[in-house]
Amino acid sequence: MHGARTRTEQVARIVLIVAATLVFFFLIAPIVAIMPLSVNDSEFLTYPLRGFTTRWYEAVFSSDKWRIAVMNSLLIGIPATLIATVLGTMAAIGLSMADFRGKAAITTLLLSPLVVPIVIVAVGLYFFFAPYGLTQSYTGLIIAHAALGAPFPVVTVSAALASFDRNLARAAASLGAPPLMVFRRVMLPLVAPGVASGALFAFATSFDEVVTVLLLGAPHQRTIPREMFSGLRDSFNPTIAAVAVMLTLLAVLLLVVVELLRARSERMKQQSAVF
Amino acid sequence: MLPAVFVGKRMDPQKALLRDLKRAERRRRLIAFALVAPLFLFLLVFFVLPIGDMLRRSLVDTELSEVWPRTTALTKVWVWDRVSEPTPEMYRALAEDIRQSAQERTIAVAARRLNYALDNGRSLVMNTARELRRQTDEPADWRARLIEIDPAWGDRKTWIAISQAAGPFTDYYLLTALDLERNEKDKIVRRPPERSLYLQVLGRTLLISATVTVLALILGFPVAYLVANAPKRIAGLLMILVLLPFWTSLLVRSAAWIVLLQDQGLVNDMLQALGITSGPVRLIFNRTGVIVAMTHVLLPFMILPMVATMKAIPPTYMRAALSLGAHPAIAFIRVYLPQTLPGVGAGVLLVFIMALGYYVTPALVGGADDQMLAHFIAFYTTSSANWGLAAALGVLLLTATAILYMVYAKLVGIGQVKLG
Repeated sequence: MHGARTRTEQVARIVLIVAATLVFFFLIAPIVAIMPLSVNDSEFLTYPLRGFTTRWYEAVFSSDKWRIAVMNSLLIGIPATLIATVLGTMAAIGLSMADFRGKAAITTLLLSPLVVPIVIVAVGLYFFFAPYGLTQSYTGLIIAHAALGAPFPVVTVSAALASFDRNLARAAASLGAPPLMVFRRVMLPLVAPGVASGALFAFATSFDEVVTVLLLGAPHQRTIPREMFSGLRDSFNPTIAAVAVMLTLLAVLLLVVVELLRARSERMKQQSAVF
Repeated sequence: MLPAVFVGKRMDPQKALLRDLKRAERRRRLIAFALVAPLFLFLLVFFVLPIGDMLRRSLVDTELSEVWPRTTALTKVWVWDRVSEPTPEMYRALAEDIRQSAQERTIAVAARRLNYALDNGRSLVMNTARELRRQTDEPADWRARLIEIDPAWGDRKTWIAISQAAGPFTDYYLLTALDLERNEKDKIVRRPPERSLYLQVLGRTLLISATVTVLALILGFPVAYLVANAPKRIAGLLMILVLLPFWTSLLVRSAAWIVLLQDQGLVNDMLQALGITSGPVRLIFNRTGVIVAMTHVLLPFMILPMVATMKAIPPTYMRAALSLGAHPAIAFIRVYLPQTLPGVGAGVLLVFIMALGYYVTPALVGGADDQMLAHFIAFYTTSSANWGLAAALGVLLLTATAILYMVYAKLVGIGQVKLG
């Protein structure tokens, strides 16, 4: 009986590992499979590979279209991230400071951009902005992306504050530090990883957002995802694969930075637990 | 500030302390509120208000009454009973409205609005306007003249359509979004199949979302289990494999699937090499492509909450069940599985909610018959400018999302939202 049990467990374990491996393959393989095609010396996005070339990358770097797309993405993404991060961080600190009436309802509202379909947000803003001429403007897109990104800093900073030792702030205050100084010198360094990863999430959201750009953006306001979208629909060629590879590398970079930030705040949590 | 006990006359020191504490507490609450307020107001103005305004648009119908004020005033239900014949004044008002709106170049608005309700509404209005521009005289009998131009003006159905579009409020758009309409007797009836579409779209949206959710659950569960029970170092590495697609651009992932699933793609090559199929199978720009790509995109959202829950499950219960002689499979189903339910529930709801509103993936890897609600909302906003219908379909999508979000908030708790 005992032998049968371990045998069942062993079989289960093998099945589990095989199944999970297949799923990991499903998750990663598509992203990897597109990479060789970006240096493939062929107009077609098919295997087998024909030869090495960098011309698709050269085409991307020398084209005005992609240069403008990068600029537009940054012009919208950076201000949107700043607004989302500043407002989101303040809100998270406020939510953690005290209990007040309607706090649960307010939290639900602050996080709702995470779940409301983006098309609803985009259409709502389209009708809302139209009378003021804010459709087809950078301002409109920045506002839209700031609203979509704001919940991320709220979540990450709240998480950082949950492990923040209030006694540190009390100690600073009792030693005569004014509230703003307590915030800047004690609180901010400790919640900084949360602020930073919230900002990265917000930026990544804006950097990959295409629905609001399609609906609210002017024809000339083509961002990177907007160019990708029309490229995939109309003329899918290897330059798109080259851009895809660069975007994937950016994703890896963002992932690494966010994971390092998380590790850092874990370490700090442990350190403060020692005191 | 000196404690009250030194300042005032004689005061109970305990009371004074309490008062000071209360004051400090009030101050904290005020600061907290002041910190939350900016984002709250920002989202109120640029998120809640626009969505509310969109919902309002699904009920407001002033297009026709703005360009044809005289006619619509005379056809309102409280003026005309919709049973008796249209009066001579109504015909005169219609002729005046058509002439004036043709002059002011707003006739197209009326034509479009009536075209929603009547099969040939647009041509009826535009042709009549063209005729009336040619015939500049003022006949005594406008009824005869208009019916001479187009017999449809003598049809009570036409007038009922104008009456129903007279505004200022309407249930027309919401009914259309549910494939319903009001008949001549103002009763709500099902639309004829050739003019029905949206219930099918809603059904398709729910079906795709449900399929993707089930697939993500089946694929995600073993991965989550493995990650949650692996040694720390390996678990970290495996997490990276889950998080990489999470961070990779949605458009990159759509591009990847187009490359893999196209007729000359790797998947088709492999199927043929293995002798499973003799020629290329259509895998992309149809339902298969949409489901595969959406499952790939949403799978991390299923895995992450499940990992969090499974990590917190103490191994002692399983050990206890096993040591008491339970078969491992029974112990797994009766003891372990129930403890994973909070994570499974969170993942299922999250993936389903996100899938409902999908626009980009179906647009890129789906065919014409795979477009979901979001597509039609965007379409009626930009391409065909039927804002009322766009808003009504938005109400449909938002209602479904809101109900599920409430369930999520109740079951999982809003504070439990975690990222990455």
